[in-house]
Amino acid sequence: MSTFTLENLKEIMQSCADQDSNPVDLSRNFLDVPFKELDFDSLAVLEIATRVQQEIGVRISDDAVAEMTTPQAVLDYVNRESVA
Amino acid sequence: MSRVVVTGLGVLAPNGNGTDDYWSNTLAGKSGIAPISLYDASRYPCTLAGEVPGFDAEVRVPGKLRAQTDHMTHLALAATEAALADAQADPAAFGEYEMGVVTANSSGGTVFGQRELEKLWSKGPEHVGAYMAVAWFYAATTGQISIRHKMRGPCGVLVAEQAGGLDAIGHAVRQVRREGLRLIVTGGTDASLSPAGLTAQLTTGLLSHRSDPHRAYLPFDRAAAGYVPGQGGAVLLLEDYGSAVKRGAPRLYGEIAGYAAGFDPGSRHVLPRVIVKALTAAGAGPDDVDVVFADALGDFAADRQEARALRELFGPRGVPVTAPKTMTGRLYAGGGPLDVASALLAIRDQVIPPTVNVADPVPGDELDLVLGEPRPAPVRTALVVARGFGGFCTAIVVRALP
Repeated sequence: MSTFTLENLKEIMQSCADQDSNPVDLSRNFLDVPFKELDFDSLAVLEIATRVQQEIGVRISDDAVAEMTTPQAVLDYVNRESVA
Repeated sequence: MSRVVVTGLGVLAPNGNGTDDYWSNTLAGKSGIAPISLYDASRYPCTLAGEVPGFDAEVRVPGKLRAQTDHMTHLALAATEAALADAQADPAAFGEYEMGVVTANSSGGTVFGQRELEKLWSKGPEHVGAYMAVAWFYAATTGQISIRHKMRGPCGVLVAEQAGGLDAIGHAVRQVRREGLRLIVTGGTDASLSPAGLTAQLTTGLLSHRSDPHRAYLPFDRAAAGYVPGQGGAVLLLEDYGSAVKRGAPRLYGEIAGYAAGFDPGSRHVLPRVIVKALTAAGAGPDDVDVVFADALGDFAADRQEARALRELFGPRGVPVTAPKTMTGRLYAGGGPLDVASALLAIRDQVIPPTVNVADPVPGDELDLVLGEPRPAPVRTALVVARGFGGFCTAIVVRALP
């Protein structure tokens, strides 16, 4: 299985964001910024989780999605599950 | 009771991308009914439809929003922008709770829904996008317009097939009066042109199976054989009259003077009652009506019912009757609002748009159909009738301002 990197996550987040009127600034350190403050609502986070599942084949439960409040939490979950 | 006026129109119809385009094509008798291009319809019984020409969602709808919504909502978002621009109304200049949104919907987001359901059965649940949770809902369009323009007052959706668009306008008027709103976005758009969207309708037996665009949808004609489906519709901006005048709205197209609705699966007795009730609500009588925009289903029995109601109320050939929807196909939730827009433009230009392709009207109907060519006429009061599958029946009276 290929590893899931920060770059992969950035790519997915960009594609879920509004590039026209509200591009996400992923140049700064955004990993610990809550999704809400990055202007991702709960559906957008679910969409991110769905895309991550499709890309790396790791199953993410609904409960786990609910706990993914920051980008760092997504990376932590994926890396933990990939190893296990 | 406060007067509620229409100050902005946004039209996206099969024979016109934009209000001016639609109206000039409609007066010229140009139809948008053609073979379906959105998918290969050759193996389906219905091969014709009205598709909005040259509508580019990539240009008209921001990227994220586009991905989160069905085509029906793309059309509504673009039509809303057009209506706001037409009325020179900047939502930021209104209080968020002084604005509302009431649209109609009939099919739901069938294109989006079919795409995601195909992923579900071919690849599995984890491949279904998160926005399936909202994009195909009837209320999706109202919700997205409300969010986009921060219109936080009363919002809702009406679902009554082809009658729903008029019900939405009627309810919008009620909300302006009841809640003291200054502005409300209303109308509707539908876009059920996908294999799943149309297959679901085949059992009604009302869709035309003909392949000649000029012979497929012939309401009130002896050769009537059902209707052709279309996509699009119209978004109307309604304002409280006093507020619209005060802010200097550039155009007051007219007022929504009367509204009434009824329900009867037999549909025989409800139609005349609903029309009389709408006229009464407008403080008008049959003699005041200058034109009727008919429901014009294209089904033999339903056409006779509508003709009889009009004949009994207005007398034989007592009022000009037209069905510009013969150029667009039936637009479901978008159909009534498009007819209301046409009625307002008829009032503006003092001309009745034509019904096309109908060449052999049923003689016993005794309708004064406006056939082939537009008819210049004094138009001050227009009646718009719509019926929805199952028994929905609605009428709206539109009137010029004094």
